[in-house]
Order: sequence, then C-alpha cells, then structure tokens
Amino acid sequence: MLRIENLSVSFGMRRVLTDVSLEVNSGEVLALIGPNGAGKSTLVRAISGVIPLEKGRIHSDYVSGSSVNLLSLSSVQRARSLAVVPQAASMPPAFTVWETVLMGRTPWLNFLGQVSASDEAIARLALQKVDALDLSARRVGELSGGEQQRVLLARALAQSTPILLLDEPTSNLDLHYQVSFMETVSALARRDNLAVLVAMHDLNLAARYTSRVALLVDGKIKAMGTPLQVLTPELISIAYHLPVQVIPHPFADVPLVIPGNTAPVKTP
Amino acid sequence: MMIRPYLYTLLFLFLTVVFSIAIGSVFIPPADLGRILIGWLNKAAFSEPLKTFSFIITDIRLPRTALVLLTGAALGGSGAAYQGLFRNPLADPYLIGVASGAGLGAVLAMSIKWPYSFWGLMAVPAAAFIGALLTVVLVYSLARIGKTIPTTNLILAGVAFGSFATALTTYLMLRSTGELHRAITWLNGGSSQAGWGPVLTVLPYLAIGLGLLLLSGHALNLLQFGDEQAQQMGLPVTRARTLILLAASLATAAAVSFSGIIGFIGLIVPHVMRLWFGADYRRLLPLSLISGAGALLLADIIARTVMAPQELPVGIVTALVGVPFFLWVLRRAKNQGYW
Repeated sequence: MLRIENLSVSFGMRRVLTDVSLEVNSGEVLALIGPNGAGKSTLVRAISGVIPLEKGRIHSDYVSGSSVNLLSLSSVQRARSLAVVPQAASMPPAFTVWETVLMGRTPWLNFLGQVSASDEAIARLALQKVDALDLSARRVGELSGGEQQRVLLARALAQSTPILLLDEPTSNLDLHYQVSFMETVSALARRDNLAVLVAMHDLNLAARYTSRVALLVDGKIKAMGTPLQVLTPELISIAYHLPVQVIPHPFADVPLVIPGNTAPVKTP
Repeated sequence: MMIRPYLYTLLFLFLTVVFSIAIGSVFIPPADLGRILIGWLNKAAFSEPLKTFSFIITDIRLPRTALVLLTGAALGGSGAAYQGLFRNPLADPYLIGVASGAGLGAVLAMSIKWPYSFWGLMAVPAAAFIGALLTVVLVYSLARIGKTIPTTNLILAGVAFGSFATALTTYLMLRSTGELHRAITWLNGGSSQAGWGPVLTVLPYLAIGLGLLLLSGHALNLLQFGDEQAQQMGLPVTRARTLILLAASLATAAAVSFSGIIGFIGLIVPHVMRLWFGADYRRLLPLSLISGAGALLLADIIARTVMAPQELPVGIVTALVGVPFFLWVLRRAKNQGYW
C-alpha cells in the first residue's frame, strides 16, 4: 500500500502540486490522468524522492509492517520499496538489455554491484514477465521504443519492490504495444500484489486497464474513483478544455471517451 | 567474467614495459638485461661492465618506466571516470581543464623554494591536487544550469579556464628564474626527473585515487542513466559523484604533478577500450588503467627513439596520435550516441 498525504511541491515561486493526497492499494493499478503540465511527472518524481517536497508525507507499510515515511529512508532502502519506470527517454545505448535489467538489482547489492546467482534468476524472471528474455544480448540502443519500454519495466521489476510507479509508459508505443504493455502491468499488479501508480495520457487505456483513476488538474486532485466515476463528460471536458462525449465501451464494462472539437467549453 | 580483454591488455603492458627497459641510448644485451634484473631483485653486486649497465637499468630506466607506467594508468583510469561521470564522450582530464589547474598548482608550488627534501617533493603533488580540485569545482559550477550540466557548457568552461590557468602558469614561469628550466620540461610532459623519488612520492596518491576508481565501476554504470534514475535505483548519487570526482582528480593531480600535462591518453584509451570491450565500467576502468599505462609507455619509447639522442616531449607524441583520433570521436559522437 502506498499512501500520500497533503503533498505539495514548488519549483521556485511556482506551486506545481498542491495538497495531493491519494492511496494505492496492493494489487491495484491507479491511473494518474490529467492534461499536459498538470504535474503528473512531478508527482511521480516527488514520490520517488528525487525532488524535495514543500510539505507532505509518503507512507508505505511494506518496510517494517507498520507505516513508514518513505522520505525518511536512505536511497537504498527507498529503492527496495519503490521502483520507477521513467518516461521513455534516456537509456544509455551501449549497455546490453541483460546488463540494464541486472542494474535493477542495485538496492540489494553491495557498492561493487556483485551479483549472485539468485540476482541473475530474478533478472531473468523479470525479463520473462515482460516477454523480453530473447532480447537479453541486444544493446539497448538497437531496440524499438516498445522494446525499450519493456526493458525499463523489467529493470523496475528486478528491483523486487512492492510499489511501482510508471511515468507515461505507453506514450511512445503503437496500438499493439500500448495494449499489451498495460495488460502486462495489470496482470503483474494482481499476481504479485503490487501497488501500481501509472501516469498516462490515454484515457481509454486508463479506463480499460486500471481499477481506479485520479484526475490531476493544475497540481490538484480534482476527482478520484472508478473509471465510471471520474471519466464523466463534465469532469473531463473542464479538465482538458475540450467537449467530450462518454459512451459505454462496446465490449468492456468501462466508459469510452470520445473527444469533440476544440471549441471553448462553458463552465456549467 | 570475460578474461580475454585483461589478457590482451596485460600482454600489451608487459611488452611495453620490457621494451621500455631494454631500449635506450646505451645498448644493453638482452642476456645482461635479464641477469641485471634478477641480480637487482636479489640485491647482488656486479663487476664492470655490468655495474654501469646495472646503474643505467635500475636507477634510470626502471624508475622512469615505473613513473611513466603510473602516469599512464592514472590518465587512462581518470579519463574513463571523467567520461562516465560527466556522461560525455569528450571529457578527459585535459579537456575540462583539470590538468591545467593541476599544472598551475604545481608551478605555484615550484615557484616557492621548497627545500629539496622528501616533504619538499611532496608539496608539488599536493599543490597540483588542490589546483585540480579547485578547477573541477569551478568548472562544474560554471557549467551548471539548475540541476543539469550541459556538455557544451562543461567543455567551454573547462577549455576557457584551462587556457586561463595555462596563461597564468606561463606568466609564473617567466617570472621565476631558478626553476624555469625544470618547469618548462615538466610542463611539456618530459618526466626527466631521475631516480625513485618521484615514483615513491606519487605512489600513495595514485594508490588511493585509482583504488577508489576501481571500486566505482558499478556506481558509474548507474550514473549513465542520469542522476534521477540512478537515485531511484538506490545509488546515493551525491556521495558517489563526489567520491569519484575526488578519486579521479587525485589520480590526475598525482600524474600531472611529476609528468607534466600529457593530453589525449585519458581520451583515447577509454574510447578504444569501450569500442572493443563494451561499456560496462566495472570492466572499462581496469582495462583503461592497464592500457593507459601501456599506451603512455609506448609513446615514451617513441619519444625517446625517433630523434635520439634528443628526446621529444611525450606530450607531442600523444597529441600527434591523439588529435586525429579526437576528431574522429567528435564526428562519431555527433552522428550517433553510441559510446
């Protein structure tokens, strides 16, 4: 379980996140949606501890059984409870897939990074889970965007953490990879009882593969609940400044958001 | 674990060491060479002509070989570390100004007339180290924009400060009279100081600096993903960065303090190792260290022989090979981020 209470972040004078509170349960995928610049990536980075908080607490009950403030932990301890799949951006191209995924074991290794047979077994299993074992010997720079994203997921899985944060993992993927990536993530959450937070743009992908959705607008949580509760025409059209229609999905029990034209929306 | 890269590089180093001891203005027959080395290790006494040969080997060629070897190892190792630390294929101790800063520190120390004792000798590497360190901090903070250190800024700041330090060094040398000759030879990478003194003096600095670097391979691997990802994977980024920076600067300073400014070894060697044996810093660091030693020994042999009996400054040899290589790397880095 991951619980965030009253988290605020400022960059200089600019408030980026204001009193964000949310909870991700074990075995659940929570989608973090919101327009560009709403603060989704900042929230993911803040939870992972790489940017300072103005205020707020980030709790997990995994470390010692009782609730622990993740930010009070050392970077090694934090990396044992929380792994991040960053936006598909910079991976050093010269490492092989195998080397890259093994580096996910870092919080469990000594400073020299010596791996044992069990570390290798865990890395192999992580590659199997994302169906990328056959890529092991390839260099990361030779991979397609979809393959790189799966390697990043495998690296995070190799960290063996109960909490997983993903920052727009599907943005650079084609239709097939988007769907299969999210299928993998939601299956892993259920099977390994992970608490997963996914920042994403595709509302329909969020509706189909996550159990709950949090809508972030201007650094504040505007709505949180099941996809049916959050993906309503009112909430979405105001958040995105775009009229939308929401219809029932033809073959899944989720809403389907259909965007209209960019005419100004009247606030009801 | 791949053994072969180590075999190749160690063989290269071994051959250069042998040639470095065997080649010189006085021809010493290989048979005598072996006998002298064995005798030296057993502390045996020799009669003429072996006595003269023995002096040439043990008091001139061996210490020089040792000093060149250590310097090359320091430049190769710290070059690899700087490239990894700055995530920049063009970074080396010379390019980002650290060597020039160390040079300035060393010349400053030389311009003060230290007694020619062991501690007087120690003052030069210490001053070079402080100069190197101050340069790193200065260049780093000049190049920094917010939390990032853009490549171009880093190199511009490094080159600019490097020129400044070099100019200041030249001025200091012109002003000081006594030590001028020593300083000029020194600055061009002529390690003409004889005897075991310099070797023993740099040894502790190098042992600490290179020792720490050899332990930093995994941390450098993680840093290739950027500071944020490295931290998310559990690396205490600030501590690791500081440690590597200190270790690399210590090694650079020690190398520069007795051998002068020798460019391009720290650039060439890690690149060749990376191209041949892969990007894993746990392998790259030791291999760069070994091959750096071999490459500088080779350059030193060339410098001693092409214009014999006159000696070329070794810096000229490394630059003559280094510049074409550097241009090639520059093109490569522009075309693909594949280093």
